[in-house]
Amino acid sequence: MKFIETLINGLSMGSTYAMIALGYTMVYGIAKMLNFAHGDVIMVGGYMIFVTMASLGNPILGLLAAVVFCVALGVTIEKIAYKPLRGASPLAVLITAIGVSYLLQSTAQIIFGSAPKMVNVADLGNVKFAGLTVPVYILVTLGCSMVIMLVLSVFVKYTKTGRAMIAVSEDKGAAQLMGINVNKIIMITFAIGSALAAFAGFFMLMKSPSLNNTLGAMPGIKAFTAAVIGGIGSIPGAMLGGMLMGVVEAISLTIPAIAPYTDAIEFLILIVILLVRPTGILGKKRREKV
Amino acid sequence: MSSFNSIKWKHYANYIAVAAFTIVFAVLSLVGGLKTSDIYMLEKIAIAIMLAVSLSMVVGFLGELSLGHAGFMCVGAYLGGKTAAVLEPLLGEVPTLLISLLVGGAVAAIFGVIIGLPALRLRGDYLAIVTLAFGEIVRTVFMNSSSESFGGSLGLPTPRFDKNFLFIIAFVLVLGCLAVTQNLIRSKHGRAITSIRDNEIAARATGINVTKYKLIVFTVSSFFAGIAGVLYSYSNFTIQSTNFSYNYSIEILVMVVLGGMGSINGSIIAATLITFLDVKLQTILTGNLAVLQDLFYALILILIVIYNNAPALKGFREAHNFKNLFNKFKKHSPEHIHDDEAKWDRVPTKINMDEVLSVDIQVSSPYTPDKTDKEDK
Repeated sequence: MKFIETLINGLSMGSTYAMIALGYTMVYGIAKMLNFAHGDVIMVGGYMIFVTMASLGNPILGLLAAVVFCVALGVTIEKIAYKPLRGASPLAVLITAIGVSYLLQSTAQIIFGSAPKMVNVADLGNVKFAGLTVPVYILVTLGCSMVIMLVLSVFVKYTKTGRAMIAVSEDKGAAQLMGINVNKIIMITFAIGSALAAFAGFFMLMKSPSLNNTLGAMPGIKAFTAAVIGGIGSIPGAMLGGMLMGVVEAISLTIPAIAPYTDAIEFLILIVILLVRPTGILGKKRREKV
Repeated sequence: MSSFNSIKWKHYANYIAVAAFTIVFAVLSLVGGLKTSDIYMLEKIAIAIMLAVSLSMVVGFLGELSLGHAGFMCVGAYLGGKTAAVLEPLLGEVPTLLISLLVGGAVAAIFGVIIGLPALRLRGDYLAIVTLAFGEIVRTVFMNSSSESFGGSLGLPTPRFDKNFLFIIAFVLVLGCLAVTQNLIRSKHGRAITSIRDNEIAARATGINVTKYKLIVFTVSSFFAGIAGVLYSYSNFTIQSTNFSYNYSIEILVMVVLGGMGSINGSIIAATLITFLDVKLQTILTGNLAVLQDLFYALILILIVIYNNAPALKGFREAHNFKNLFNKFKKHSPEHIHDDEAKWDRVPTKINMDEVLSVDIQVSSPYTPDKTDKEDK
């Protein structure tokens, strides 16, 4: 019973990771860059929820405000910091992304101070069924993220914009020749990724109400690891990697002997998987051409 | 006269600069003109230079991104610090320092090989995340170590070397690091390393052993990171694993990037400046203002990277770079040289066989591939 509870908890954590990982993987697939600032968009979303709840008191409005603000932020970051570097070396883009990450963290600290803020999103209590005791927020997280991921998969597979996204990730030049507005697609990708990050921030605040300017840093890195484990650029890969990460973390945290080493174990799994499959579990092999 | 000119003074400029810097401050400290905080800052500068130069080998010359440099430093700091703490009562100060430097460097180098091995299979972004993961693993392991072994979360207490001399030793080690790095980069092996950066497949096709060179670079780079770690352990009373988080790796990376990729002198200058500003701003900006520093770093980093790399600014960059600025002031720019002006009296009459047999490698004008090569990929 305890194990099943742990597993459900792990899946819920995993679905939060998967949401963040989707942002990483979609941006990587389409813009071919690692958006290191993605984790900090979560943090900004968290602060947006905090501000809205302090003034209006409604968590749902807070979530909406966070989504809108994060989308605007993600698109602005892309326009100002990443777009001028399109066509430059990947390293330059990566370092700019690191700079943006620091910029967001320090701006948040200047505005809100370094002391953690408490955001009690909602006290939903526990639910008991079939001998299991599961906090409701876990079920909400799991349910919401499942729906979001399903919608996202359908969107990417069956809508015109979604197919255009796949086309751009396959071959940017050819996609452009087919009349796809690559800049617009990249912008949409950043918008979707940032919206997912806002949701992830909401789920994280449901889990633990403490909010400070490094809220997104560690989950961001772990979700990024999850995206790489699943095969970066692959949407099902990000979901799989995120879930794997969450379950491993939940199980590892319940075993006292290895609990302090949880982070190390997760990163070790990454190294092992990359050694066995250098492009991740579901990643496509790409032939390098001269 | 000709032998004087044949020495490439440009190649030795940074040794001379670092040595002069060291001597000036060594004299100042002997006279008693330095405060304890200044000496601590000099130690930090030496450590930062060593870290930046060693990371610059991986990032700037091999062209692989490493986000785990603090991890190698962490290994060196803990192993070296532990060795020092154990041996200090037995052997005395100087032999302990030497042994712990060697131990810290060697163990970090071994880890460099361990991380270099997956580097042979992974490229670019994947390698970056593996090195990041490595740094975090090392940190987590040391943080959870028992208090008898590596101090755990309380930190490992380490002996402190005579504070007036540690920075001199540190700068001597910096010179050693520069000698190894620059001689490697300027040799035939260095050309092989930069060719891997420019185009790995083409390098492989010309018969360069990519595996070997990647391993060499990772090993040498992590060796010096380990040495820097040992110096760090000597310069501080305790080592805290929290100091070696990936933020620190990124701080080192920022030094390399701000200094200019593939420029060792740039790394030295950037490391010195950033560490100096760090220490000075920490005393000026206190409390809530401290975060302004991070904000400025972030803005400067973004602006410099965009300015240096944005394809749209290429024309502007070429029109306004430093070299062109200096050329304007030079009397003899290349266009003004006429055959008639050749000074016939300076043609050597005796042929030096050594010069005929040796191959002169011009490092001052590095090979820059056409941009079109890269866009094909």
